[in-house]
Amino acid sequence: MWTRIGVLLAAAWLVAGPAAAEPPTNDDCLTCHEDQKALESSTHGPLACVDCHSPLATATEFPHTTPIDKVKCASCHDDIGSQYHDSIHAWAKEKAGLAVAPACADCHGKHDIKARTDTASRVYRTRIPDTCGSCHTGIKERFDKGIHAVMLKKGDSRAPSCADCHTAHTIQRADTDKWRLAVTAECGTCHDKVVASFRNTFHGKVTELGFARVAACADCHGAHEILPAANPASMVSKARLVETCSRCHPGANERFVAYDPHPNPRDYNRSKVLWAANVFYWALIPGCFGFFGLHSGLWFYRSRKENSHDAGK
Amino acid sequence: MTPASSLAVARVVQPADAGVKAVPIDVAQLHFRRFDSKTRVLHIVVMATFLGLAATGMPLLFSDAPWASRLALLFGGFHGAGLVHRFMGATLLLAVAWHVSNVFWRAFVGGEKGLFWGPTSMVPQPRDFREFFGMMKWFLGFGPRPRFEHFTYWEKFDYWAVLWGTLIMGTAGLVLWLPIAASHVLPGWLFNVALFVHGAEASLAIGFIFVVHFFNGHLRPGKFPMDLVIFTGSVSRHELEEDRAAEFDRLLAPGRPDRGVLTAAPTEIVIRRGYIVGTVGLTLGLSLFALIVYAMVR
Repeated sequence: MWTRIGVLLAAAWLVAGPAAAEPPTNDDCLTCHEDQKALESSTHGPLACVDCHSPLATATEFPHTTPIDKVKCASCHDDIGSQYHDSIHAWAKEKAGLAVAPACADCHGKHDIKARTDTASRVYRTRIPDTCGSCHTGIKERFDKGIHAVMLKKGDSRAPSCADCHTAHTIQRADTDKWRLAVTAECGTCHDKVVASFRNTFHGKVTELGFARVAACADCHGAHEILPAANPASMVSKARLVETCSRCHPGANERFVAYDPHPNPRDYNRSKVLWAANVFYWALIPGCFGFFGLHSGLWFYRSRKENSHDAGK
Repeated sequence: MTPASSLAVARVVQPADAGVKAVPIDVAQLHFRRFDSKTRVLHIVVMATFLGLAATGMPLLFSDAPWASRLALLFGGFHGAGLVHRFMGATLLLAVAWHVSNVFWRAFVGGEKGLFWGPTSMVPQPRDFREFFGMMKWFLGFGPRPRFEHFTYWEKFDYWAVLWGTLIMGTAGLVLWLPIAASHVLPGWLFNVALFVHGAEASLAIGFIFVVHFFNGHLRPGKFPMDLVIFTGSVSRHELEEDRAAEFDRLLAPGRPDRGVLTAAPTEIVIRRGYIVGTVGLTLGLSLFALIVYAMVR
């Protein structure tokens, strides 16, 4: 034990001490690895090669013969590292042994890594679908047909790309109840009024209770190929409503789909009858409770008075 | 007790044609029957299903409240709560349907008089308005407490509120239960109205029963903590004289003996059972109401 600590201390002195060999400079590395010049213009430009390829900092023989360890991004980006570790991608790679599952560099690039605010970055908002789509080609095809992709391609920064719903580093399975319920709130960050009206419905209330058996946004609108209702190809277009509702309500007909999944009792033009029902109950409920509240209050007051009167007799 | 009224009671208990063996009974201790056993059972069914419907429906109505999913989990989650809700709803609908048909049967087949008009009828009549204004005067100290008959105006209100509520909630509930079947006759936008009305009417019913009915029927001074008459079925002579002077006078009027209204006082066990059922009902109802208040002021 003490011998080991002694060796470690000696090694530390060797590394840190003035007698240690100077680590190779970037120019040293580029002598051989001239194809990695991209680093200079990357967001990691100010870093030394050996900051990431740390085993080489102490190497004494060049060219180095042994293959070097994989770069550990988490040694600097530890918070992102632990987020990634909880994601389905890390699970696939580390636990399920799925070699093609992505690690950091697969999405961010290696030496050419750019900040996500850089339009040339692979993780720049509008480029994210291409990056994710390099593996998820089928989803990308569907996403490209949807209104969100169209907006994104126009450079509309409000349009969601993959990471807005799925997150960047804590990506989870999308078929769990937990995920399906949580994503509704994500739709609501832009479509706040629509989600608020959805919360007024049976669908919205049941999902809010944490039970995913009933429809949330994606069940009717689709997840990736979302289209406006005016588009006949949309799942919620007039032409396809019966088909869409029938997925959960077998036997749904034209009359059935006149149901409004986003009602607003205060909107006279949306449904006059619902509006009238709202007015009626807003008059009836306070009226009824006001009347009987007063009635009970007065009754209580009179009874107390009579009791104290009786007691005084 | 005045000698005249004790005579009247004697006449009621021992009608000339009764021919029963004279059993020494203290007539002053006899109770007056108010609710027959069918009515008492009906109230228990309405009470149990109403509490069950409220407890299983509230998680949906207040789905954003922190207690909502836990209350639903009490019934095995949303699915279980839904099953219980539909079972309770169907039971309540059947009970009310039985009651309504029973009333019509008694009136039109049995030939029973006074169901739709008169002192023992549930139908609102001019005297209810007079008694209401009389009650207002009494509240404010401008007059004596009205001399009520068999049903007071607030009891009639309770009764019609349950009938109206069951009709509205039951219809809306059935549409929401079977939307595909309903869509053969009704347009889908009516389901939105049905859901809204079901929730609004539920708020009204829950508030009304757990506050107004609980106060008027049980918690008010003079009845606190509860009025057992709906469980025992009868009231004492003193209670009847106090609460329903007009009915008392009518029942004891000379020459108008109303047979069948006098009954033995409830036994100890019946009273205890009444207290248990009443306490459970009041506690559950007030607890549910507390959850609503919490959800609203939170």
